[in-house]
Amino acid sequence: MLVEFALYHAWLVPLLPALAFGVIVFLTRPWPKLSAIVAVGSMAVACFFATLAAYGVFTNHEFVEKPLVYATRWFSLGLPGMPEVQIDVGVQLDPTSAMMLFMVSFIATFIFLYSIGYMEGDPGFSVFFSYLSLFGASMLLLVISSNLLQMFVAWGLVGLCSYLLIGFYSHKISAREAAKKAFVTCRVADFGLLLGLLALQIVFGTLNLTELSEKIAHFEEYTTFGMLTLIAVLVFIGPIGKSGQFPLHVWLPDAMEGPTPVSALIHAATMVVAGVYLVGRTLFLFHEVPSAMQLVAVTGGFTALFAATIAITQREIKRILAYSTVSQLGYMMLALGVGSLTASMFHLWTHAFFKALMFLGAGSVLHALHHKADVWEMGGLYKKMPITTWTFVIGGLAIAGIPPFAGFWSKDEILVATLSEGHYVLFAVGAFTAFLTAFYMWRMIFLAFFGEEKPENHPHESPWTMTVPLVVLAVGALGAGWVGTPWHNVWAEWIFFGHPHHGPVNYGAMLLSIVLAAAGIYLAYMLYLKDAKKKRARRLAEWFGPVYRMLYNKYYIDELYLWFNHALVDGTARLMYLFDIYVVDGIVNGIGGFAKLSGDGLRVFQSGRLQNYALIFFLGVLAVAVLMAFTGPSAASLVLGGVK
Amino acid sequence: MLAISLTHYVVLSALLFSIGLFGVLTKRNAVAVLICIELMLNAVNINLVAFSKYVTPTDFIGQIFSIFVITVAAAEVGVGLAIIIAIYRNRLSVNLDDFDWLKW
Amino acid sequence: MEFPILLTILLAPVAAALILAFVPKEEHMLIKCVAAVGTFVSLALSLFAYFTYDKTVGGLQFVFGHNVTWIKDLGVTFFLAADGISLPMLLLTNLIGFSAVFASWNVNNRPREFFILLMLLITGVMGTFIAHDLFIFLLFYEVVVIPIYILVIIWGSSKRVTKEYAGMKLTIYLLIGSAFLLVGVIALFVKTTALAGTPDMSFTGLAQAAAQLSRFDQIWLFALMLFGFGSLVSMWPFHSWSPDGYAGAPTAVSMIHAGVLKKIGGYGLVKIAVYMLPVGASFWAPYMAVLGVCGVAYAALGALAQKDLKYIVGYSSVSHMGYVILAVACLDVIGLNGAVANMFAHGVMAALFFSMIGFIYEKTHTRWIPDLGGLARQTPRLAAGFMLAALASLGLPGLVSFIPEFTIFISSFHNYGGLAVIGIAGIIITALYVLRAGANTLFGPPRPEYDHLQDIRGPEMVPLVVLGTVLVVGGLLPSLLFDVINSSVVPLHAAISDALQIGGKF
Repeated sequence: MLVEFALYHAWLVPLLPALAFGVIVFLTRPWPKLSAIVAVGSMAVACFFATLAAYGVFTNHEFVEKPLVYATRWFSLGLPGMPEVQIDVGVQLDPTSAMMLFMVSFIATFIFLYSIGYMEGDPGFSVFFSYLSLFGASMLLLVISSNLLQMFVAWGLVGLCSYLLIGFYSHKISAREAAKKAFVTCRVADFGLLLGLLALQIVFGTLNLTELSEKIAHFEEYTTFGMLTLIAVLVFIGPIGKSGQFPLHVWLPDAMEGPTPVSALIHAATMVVAGVYLVGRTLFLFHEVPSAMQLVAVTGGFTALFAATIAITQREIKRILAYSTVSQLGYMMLALGVGSLTASMFHLWTHAFFKALMFLGAGSVLHALHHKADVWEMGGLYKKMPITTWTFVIGGLAIAGIPPFAGFWSKDEILVATLSEGHYVLFAVGAFTAFLTAFYMWRMIFLAFFGEEKPENHPHESPWTMTVPLVVLAVGALGAGWVGTPWHNVWAEWIFFGHPHHGPVNYGAMLLSIVLAAAGIYLAYMLYLKDAKKKRARRLAEWFGPVYRMLYNKYYIDELYLWFNHALVDGTARLMYLFDIYVVDGIVNGIGGFAKLSGDGLRVFQSGRLQNYALIFFLGVLAVAVLMAFTGPSAASLVLGGVK
Repeated sequence: MLAISLTHYVVLSALLFSIGLFGVLTKRNAVAVLICIELMLNAVNINLVAFSKYVTPTDFIGQIFSIFVITVAAAEVGVGLAIIIAIYRNRLSVNLDDFDWLKW
Repeated sequence: MEFPILLTILLAPVAAALILAFVPKEEHMLIKCVAAVGTFVSLALSLFAYFTYDKTVGGLQFVFGHNVTWIKDLGVTFFLAADGISLPMLLLTNLIGFSAVFASWNVNNRPREFFILLMLLITGVMGTFIAHDLFIFLLFYEVVVIPIYILVIIWGSSKRVTKEYAGMKLTIYLLIGSAFLLVGVIALFVKTTALAGTPDMSFTGLAQAAAQLSRFDQIWLFALMLFGFGSLVSMWPFHSWSPDGYAGAPTAVSMIHAGVLKKIGGYGLVKIAVYMLPVGASFWAPYMAVLGVCGVAYAALGALAQKDLKYIVGYSSVSHMGYVILAVACLDVIGLNGAVANMFAHGVMAALFFSMIGFIYEKTHTRWIPDLGGLARQTPRLAAGFMLAALASLGLPGLVSFIPEFTIFISSFHNYGGLAVIGIAGIIITALYVLRAGANTLFGPPRPEYDHLQDIRGPEMVPLVVLGTVLVVGGLLPSLLFDVINSSVVPLHAAISDALQIGGKF
């Protein structure tokens, strides 16, 4: 009964936080506590509904083949009977969206709760919660969208919230610039996505997901293969930006300027996976175009490796986590690119738990150390902050891929999928990245939480509003992967594209990934914990000086973009402006000037001397008289202006 | 004895008009210009009366018209002198070359 | 007899102006209140008209005075009527007019004259949108130009260019445009009268008679109108009056000018030029598209180079009008819908932007971005309004400008392909300059010299509340806007395509 209600009123889930946003902005802003209660309460209720809806979906196998869709007209153009464009808004519930709906609302609830402790005493406390609520609403709307334009709207709104929240400490110039960078970078990507949507609308006449999936399966009736390839590539540009894939990943590490709960919620667990989710949603499109799939897979694999190499050298705790997010998103894209929606969504699901956990843990550390972010200046925190440390360790084990933690199962699924599709190079890349991941994550953990205590730090454990979410998410990081073990893969029975595939259990790949993870952790242990003075680590950095510097400076991509932006775009702009005020305006003023000039010429005759005027007058009369005398009156009357 | 014909009057009138015009165009003194204007007007009057006498001797249109011209000329001189006096009071000059304030 | 709603809407500000003439000039509060009441009456009635417009029937409604002869020999009647294209414009005028009164709440230099002129200006603009007679349309258009000139040179501000230069440029540019337009109109009238036998200045009459014009006539008449309306809508390269004019003008005039006055050009293009001369329109459409795209890209880059807030919005509005030109050039249902809707959306957004900049200027006495910064801390509500306008300007999904732009993109991408892509790329540059302006003005470390600033409050909040509400509601429920527009665009487009088919047979 209640489940039925939740299934058919799933739009309530985004609506509740949206209402909370309105209430906080217009009513409860002066009372921080009340605002927090409104935000957390509405999100908790939304989570409750989402859970019911997810329960409803996951108990009814019909929804796998035939998603539950209900929609209403948003606007239409053309004759009412047969509109040229009609855009619907609605809800599409299938296992994928139900999983996302539950995951987003669940994690959001706990991160909202965590924020109460983290943001305590901040002058913008209420505003922060209003933004968070708006984000929750937009993200949930994105998840349940039945129409690509609706999804694009939500896509834009989550981008806005990301912008507002990254720039939350807007008095800091770095935060301000990071927010702007995030927005503009995503805007570039949105441009591609928008073009893709336009092309889809023009070619197929609809943006409804279900209709598109039916029509694209028979795309020959509508368009050519080349056009479809173009569309797929254009659509993929959007996720490249939103999900921080190379080369538009630059905004994500900078986004860590926002408060840590924001990094956890938006830039790790939910918003950044929107790109992955979008590709997953439109996999029917990519599936038709092998070259586009190849592009997705290569982009994903390359990003995974690329970001992992950068993460090795970074010093700030949140920055390391950010690059690891980029790298993990690369994994998800890789999985999509090899055609495995199952593996991609599975990794998305487990990643949400352990990455949110690690960000919240990092937030707890920053909270305790008064925002000292450099891991080299931390150390030995495990004594004073046990809960934070041990939950963080669980997260570290999960991301490194140690069984039975969540990350192991999903990463294994991806690697197996890559291998079974015959992408050996990408498999090697994925496996090597797994090794790097284990190494840099544990480098961070050893440096920050273990080793010697630094006397200048006075850490303390965080309040319960912060530790409870940590514990809950740690449970998730431990157990979220058990739904998809290779022996009994419940996950693959529900979430798949095309048909569920049950490959044989690949013990070789499993063993390889465990060995690589263990090797990574061991290496980190040798370099950063056992060797208390870190001499070896330093020597390594010196040996590979140029490489180290290049990695530390993120391959100088930021500098390249900055140059492009400032020299090229701004330069053109200045040129255009000068053109405008000197050439275009010059012509306009020139026309005005011409009138003035002719006036200047003619006014010489206005000498103001009476006798000159009289002379001219007389000469004129004389001329007429002479004319009359020699040619007769008709010609003279012509001179006088046709007067007869 | 040479009869005085219309030609004589017209020549006299033309001479008078030309003298007046020359004065108007060349004299620097505003009063002299006014006097010259009177000369021109009188040249016109002579023309009017002469043509009336020789061309249409029965009706007196030319004479009547010249009386109008004399009247108007008187009024005009009155106004003109008044303006000149007013300017003189301001500028202490009746030299037309100084009166170019209307220029652009 | 039916209640003459359009006439009442038109005359309410005139009545306010008349009352103002008798109010003692020291009574500042009373003056402002009278102006506010006058515009409020118009706003309320136009909201009523907008929502009671019968979308299922469409066509001209609230007809008034189609039998009131104005000049018999020229076939001029005082014909007022509204359809789905003019109603959004009428509503827009009143939304902005009402807000403009409150945005000028702090005008204390000769407020009586200021508000009288403002009322006349609003009346003139409204008149152009509800006139259904070309002569009356031109008449109201000329009513608009003169108050603008006086308002700019007395209450304006001099920065890069003096306010006198700005006012002069604005007025003369518009007059030159309207001179060409007038030549076109007279030629059209003479030719159609010769064809039809009886003189008729009403839109429908002219359109019917103009259908028989030769292809050549249509083409050169359309060119004249394109120049006239194009310079009014600041079509590239006839745009250079726009940034200077806005920068020089007082806040209320910038709001009305960028918000609605410019739209007279776009409105005229759709409802007069394209409607009456479809064959000419289809000949010029590709050139218009090129000019539109040039305008979008060029003005967006121009805006990027600016440091004065008003110049940024000035160039930005040129850029947005480029989209309107591009959309009109598509000559299909989607494009025309998008053109009208985008004019509405841009109007609301530009007016909000200018009113917020006006408040910033009033409080800090500068619009020069390097001198500003960190205002979000000191004046949060002002900052919220500014950001709202900025986000609408960059076409954020969920605000009113997104769907219109989307429809324009569909149509132009469909019709012009690669050319449209350049135009669509404008959204990136727009994001760049809008966010840069927002960031440098509102964010960053607060400056101590602005610590004493008073946030907007009381009457100053009205523009933000009124226009902000429209921005959000229009964004969430685009059908409110599109259903009305669509009801008139569909028959308009049917008429155009009929004419084009007949034209094709010759």
